[in-house]
Amino acid sequence: MTAPSSGPRTWRARAHHLAAGGVFSLALVLGTAILSAWPVWQSLAPGTAVLRLSFTHSGARNCRDRTPEELAKLPENMRDSQVCDRRRAEVRVEMDIDAQPVIADDLPPSGLAGSGPSRVYRRLELRTGRYHLDLRMRDDPSVQGFTQEAAFDIDLSPAESLAIDFDSTTGSFFVH
Amino acid sequence: MISLRTMIRNGFDRAERLLDRAFGPDWNPLAQLGPIGWLLFWIVAISGIYLFIFFDTGVTQAFASIEWMTNDLWWHAGLARSLHRYASDLMVLVMFVHLLREWSMDRYRGKRWFSWVTGVAVIWFVYLSGITGYWLVWDRLAQYVAMVTTELLDTLGIFAEPIARNFLSPQTLSSRFFTLMVFLHIAIPLLLLLLMWIHIQRITEARTKPPRGLAAITLVALVAGSLALPAVSQGAADLASIPQAVGIDWFLLSLYPVIESVPPGAIWAGVLAFTLVLAGTPWLPRRREQAAAQVSLDFCNGCSRCIADCPYAAITLVPRSDGLPFTHEVAVNPARCVSCGICMGSCPSSTPFRRSGPLTTGIDLPERPLAEVRVEVVDASAALAGEPGRVLTLACAHGAAAKPAPGRVVLPCVAMAPPSLIDYIVSRNLADGVAVAGCAERDCFNRFGVAWTRARLDRTRDPYLRERVPRDRVLLVWAGPTEAARLRNELAAFAARLAVLPPYARARALDEDEITDATGESAR
Repeated sequence: MTAPSSGPRTWRARAHHLAAGGVFSLALVLGTAILSAWPVWQSLAPGTAVLRLSFTHSGARNCRDRTPEELAKLPENMRDSQVCDRRRAEVRVEMDIDAQPVIADDLPPSGLAGSGPSRVYRRLELRTGRYHLDLRMRDDPSVQGFTQEAAFDIDLSPAESLAIDFDSTTGSFFVH
Repeated sequence: MISLRTMIRNGFDRAERLLDRAFGPDWNPLAQLGPIGWLLFWIVAISGIYLFIFFDTGVTQAFASIEWMTNDLWWHAGLARSLHRYASDLMVLVMFVHLLREWSMDRYRGKRWFSWVTGVAVIWFVYLSGITGYWLVWDRLAQYVAMVTTELLDTLGIFAEPIARNFLSPQTLSSRFFTLMVFLHIAIPLLLLLLMWIHIQRITEARTKPPRGLAAITLVALVAGSLALPAVSQGAADLASIPQAVGIDWFLLSLYPVIESVPPGAIWAGVLAFTLVLAGTPWLPRRREQAAAQVSLDFCNGCSRCIADCPYAAITLVPRSDGLPFTHEVAVNPARCVSCGICMGSCPSSTPFRRSGPLTTGIDLPERPLAEVRVEVVDASAALAGEPGRVLTLACAHGAAAKPAPGRVVLPCVAMAPPSLIDYIVSRNLADGVAVAGCAERDCFNRFGVAWTRARLDRTRDPYLRERVPRDRVLLVWAGPTEAARLRNELAAFAARLAVLPPYARARALDEDEITDATGESAR
């Protein structure tokens, strides 16, 4: 019986396999190492910075006072003077850059029942330089105009990351 | 017109022939992609565990600890870091080449769907493992990956608040986030290991370890490559600025430039479509398969040789059901049987010499029974009449001799031919010699066909080739689909050797009764 392409491997053949296979494998590993960090990907164009507007804030709840008759029907320990919808109001947010509107959104409340806070995360890529930002927010639809307003003058340098946030406890926008 | 699948398959075959020369057929890495994937997983796991000894999960300490490992402890922890990264990258490469190769060999449809579908899940878990790992370095690349990933995840709207807010400024990121990432980077690879285990469940003796020589070559090459080009960080992350240009790991992070360039909805739709189409590939279209092997209890004593030889764990031993005085019988699971016929070749009752009644064997292929194979052999021998050095070829349908030719019987796998069939051909003077032309030695299409055929003919595995069969009248040749020329040359050389041999003393022609048995209506 003959088996030209099979049979035990000689030491000489194995030495050849170790050498040739080793060279091939090393070349593969080196190629892998190079491709693990090269070529470089240009994520952000030169001379550009990033401005992000992000916050979470709860819109107002739609509440009304209970009538004396309604209160009388409730057990004494449940007589809250107000009754509110579970769903919160949308939060209106607007941002102008150098008097040009760039963001004007009605942010819906989160959660299946709409009882959670409204959330926003917007990312803008801007050329470096000075900008004037005007921010406006309305979290209560019963209020005419806006409930919070702020203005910032910023000077963006290349690759700078600047974020505008909102602090619900102080009720004001701030820059990170 | 040659199909895309055939083109890719032939491309693989040619590349594998080159690698056969470099590594030898038994160490050929293209035929060991699954085992190499397992080896790489363990290299990644062990190096990762080692790195964890030195890693600090603090916001500022994470990068510092990695730098300490890379620069001060370069000869062990730094080396482990490079091994961790390059083995992960190679795992991605191995995974996709494995996928493409199995597709090109049509080993993913029909009964083999399970391995394919579970493999699709493995792909995503490999990526998730790699991506969470890159976050932990907390360099500029990690910052880029974290921001792009969280911004994409936030578009799903499933989180209580945008997780990208964690990366608004240096003040918004806490060390607890790193603790979460470490947990994910441990939990996801553990799930990956579970999926890899499930992936190999429907095959017998799944190869999870490459041959030692190949494993040594791979490990040494990884160590040498890691020392020559150690993995380094890309500067500490700084949330006050945006990474403008990053050195992307094109194996694990190649989707990130796409994520930045395409709307998030298109990304999620693409991910879903890719997953569904890839997972549905075994049914696009579904393959028409031969009927599963069938057991004839009258000829089965439950010896379990077929169970030992089945490559797909399709046969099991069950208690005897027909009252015959044996404890067990075998049962075939049709959902797993790919009709390779290896079980038929392993059955001691599969002997073409049988003359009492119809040729029925203990386990047989309903659409290609042994009786029919015997008829084909007798017919094929007629085509050889008058030739000096008559060679009857038992060929594999997936090798170089897959196409029908005079004097050739093509089988789903050469291990379907019981050794007694070779004895039958030679001793009944149907040919001067028998060539068993299997598929490529490096990777049998039906996993164990090469090994079992060789062992049976070497008389180291039941059923043995009988001693009376002269060894110089049997040729074993392994040839992939692009090696037709070599096969032709080897067959011609074999025929020339046979032509000068004296006639086989024990050979006698089939008598009338045997011809009737072999070619009569009952056999057909």
